[in-house]
Amino acid sequence: MESTTSIIPPEGMQLVYERPKALVDVHTHYCPGCTHGVAHRLLAEAIDELGVREKTILVAPVGCSVFAYAYFNTDGCEAAHGRAPAMATGIKRIDPSRVVVTYQGDGDLAAIGTAEIIHAAARGECITTLFINNAIYGMTGGQMAPTTLLGQKTKSSPMGRDAKIAGLPIRMSEVLATLPGSAYIVRRSLHDVNNIRKAKKAIVTALKAQINGLGFSMVELLSSCPTNWGIPADKALEWVEENMVPYYPLGDYKVIEAVKSL
Amino acid sequence: MAKEMLKGNNAIAEAAVRAGLEAYFGYPITPQTELLEYLSKRLVELNRVFLQAESEVAAINMVYGAACAGARVMTSSSSPGISLMQEGLSYIAGSELPVVIVDIMRGGPGLGNILPSQGDYFQVTRSAGHGDFHPIVLAPSSVQEAIDFTILAFELAEKYRHMVLLAADGQIGQMMEPAELPPMRPLMEKRPDWALTGAGDRPPNIISSIFLVAEEMENYNKMIQNKLKVIRANEQRWDEIYTEDIDLLVVGYGTAGRIALTAVEEAREEGMKVGLLRPQTLYPFPDDRISELADYVDSVLVVEMNAGQMLDDVRLAVGGQVPVSFFGRMGGVVPMPDEIYNAIKEAYTKTTAHKAA
Amino acid sequence: MIESFLFSGFGGQGVMFAGQLLAYAGMDTGLETTWIPSYGPEMRGGTAHCFVVLSDKPIGSPLVRNPKTALVFNNPSFEKYDPLIKTGGLLIVNSSMIVQSSNRTDITTLNIPATSLADELGSLRVANLIMLGAMLAANHIIRPEDLKQALADHIPAHHTDMLGMNYAAVDLGMEHAVQVLAR
Ligand SMILES: Cc1ncc(C[n+]2csc(CCOP(=O)(O)OP(=O)(O)O)c2C)c(N)n1
Ligand code: SF4
Repeated sequence: MESTTSIIPPEGMQLVYERPKALVDVHTHYCPGCTHGVAHRLLAEAIDELGVREKTILVAPVGCSVFAYAYFNTDGCEAAHGRAPAMATGIKRIDPSRVVVTYQGDGDLAAIGTAEIIHAAARGECITTLFINNAIYGMTGGQMAPTTLLGQKTKSSPMGRDAKIAGLPIRMSEVLATLPGSAYIVRRSLHDVNNIRKAKKAIVTALKAQINGLGFSMVELLSSCPTNWGIPADKALEWVEENMVPYYPLGDYKVIEAVKSL
Repeated sequence: MAKEMLKGNNAIAEAAVRAGLEAYFGYPITPQTELLEYLSKRLVELNRVFLQAESEVAAINMVYGAACAGARVMTSSSSPGISLMQEGLSYIAGSELPVVIVDIMRGGPGLGNILPSQGDYFQVTRSAGHGDFHPIVLAPSSVQEAIDFTILAFELAEKYRHMVLLAADGQIGQMMEPAELPPMRPLMEKRPDWALTGAGDRPPNIISSIFLVAEEMENYNKMIQNKLKVIRANEQRWDEIYTEDIDLLVVGYGTAGRIALTAVEEAREEGMKVGLLRPQTLYPFPDDRISELADYVDSVLVVEMNAGQMLDDVRLAVGGQVPVSFFGRMGGVVPMPDEIYNAIKEAYTKTTAHKAA
Repeated sequence: MIESFLFSGFGGQGVMFAGQLLAYAGMDTGLETTWIPSYGPEMRGGTAHCFVVLSDKPIGSPLVRNPKTALVFNNPSFEKYDPLIKTGGLLIVNSSMIVQSSNRTDITTLNIPATSLADELGSLRVANLIMLGAMLAANHIIRPEDLKQALADHIPAHHTDMLGMNYAAVDLGMEHAVQVLAR
């Protein structure tokens, strides 16, 4: 990965927008218009804002964000497909003063890793999960995910997702909110600037919940995969708003009192 | 039927359909995913069972269930997914069920990469999870063989009520070659007697792998071992070429085997007396023929896309009669014919020098 | 007889399809044939390639280190494969996309402005067939009529209206190559 040059402001001008310290200065491998990059930036900004870069440990998933650890200026590791919450548990239990974050896609978190995420939440494990819901398996080339919408065509639901064959899409935030150990479970979207700002705030709150030892926190981010949806990047953002938001309503699914008073 | 250009993964999927596959359960993983994608359309159109499971753990247990119900059933995956299936495989082994599993091997260990490898040789031939068991393992080296062995896999699975693994690598899964598909066979007409179909007025059928009494568990094991003895006696398969009057025998399977053929031919053009044996069954391993050949060749060279796994089996078959050397590439690197040629030349020079001395 | 071909370029330039077409034509003329692609996420936005081998004997390795013929569609492909072509081999360069030219004197190089020619014909998408046509002018293993038959048989159903333009692209590539060779 080649390095990009950092910005030096012309004389008399002030630098108001910068690369977060927690983000490494490299090109990512994501497709043009993919919202993984946006999610990365938000997480890095939140880490910077809380001043926890030095003690953050990132657990990357198996999915398009498999190399996420290479983009953050933090310690990082790579879990087996779906197992990030278990690996994060191991790390957190060894040193609870660390900030441990898993970053997971919908195949990783809501299919193969369902048991791990449910039990991490049930235990009230003090870790934070960023859940990238793009309604598809990106890395393997566009197969159906548990979050794929009804009727949505994918490489393994070529006639459109059929409830008779594949059941109905899972709403993970709603599921995890029912578990007693979860402290902060919210769903946000990355389809426009306004929502991106809200997503950033939520990530900061989630990390704070962890730092204060309040329990499991997760921010679900409705995201786009222009490549495997087969639509241009701008249209993909519209698709998130028009198709995903109605099925996956944005909002706070669980905010315990202790988090509210943070 | 006429030959068509077929991609390995799609060819295996269609061959399974034509072998009367009734149900498929699987999970996406490169370089196998086309197989699942193909069946997501084909089986649904045929009104048969297709289900994308939530994981390989679920997929293999769905296979377990469908096999209990007496269906002709299959799953497919690639190395890390096969690792994840090990528990289910052991239960299936402990229940004497006929199932077919396709492993399109990739580079490891760990998440590794998606490139062709033969690093699963031990994983697939030595056992199926824990316990004393060997699946029958078929190793195609071309798209045509992938088709033929898929059909054979179902036949052997049902003949012996045994697990059969089709172990190919990413190259065979991804390449296209002209090949001929067999005609469509009908679905199984009648469920096997042991299948769980609802007891009706017969005594209940029970399928379980638990034997709490040691002697009973031992008896089950003896039955499996006896079956494996029959399988070893009857099902060793291999292909050999130029094995008459040679000094050096090259042994390689799958992709490594066919690349070795190119290298062997080049070596023969240079006047070296070299031949090739290509195991088509990795279990049962073609020990008998290799042991026979070891009687008159002067040395053996094993070629694999791993650090030397089949090497152990070749050594056992050769039984110390002649030296056995090894050439391998790992981690998803596919050897080029010239590399194997160089390994042949080196082994050959050593052998002939030794002979002269 | 054994002939090996490499097709390499950006995803979307039709290199995979061009390779498959040659493989189909090879099979239909009774030759042993293999086609093998690069695959996986590294292809995302990057360079993709495929190898085709045609032979009158069963084919061992579908991969070749030193292809006899290479059709390169972009700069990275040129840089990678120009040095690897077998002595006496053939290099077809899409000179609309590639600024460098080969310094090798032991191979035949054909610089074909395939993308510009395709543009003149009316669709950038047929640059791959222009390259293939050019190749047929210098390597006679496949007859143009057999390639055209393969095109007719294997063109995706939603592109059948492009068949005429595809034939024209093959012819244009050949004509252009004949002129270049005559120089
Ligand atoms: C045990 C195992 N099974 C399957 C795979 C193949 N695999 C890699 S990523 C992936 C799914 C990725 O989808 P998602 O989690 O939604 O993330 P995205 O790529 O969309 O960001 C799968 C099935 C694997 N690496 N390991
Ligand atoms: S395949 Fe989809 S999720 Fe993956 S990087 Fe590309 S756009 Fe993003």
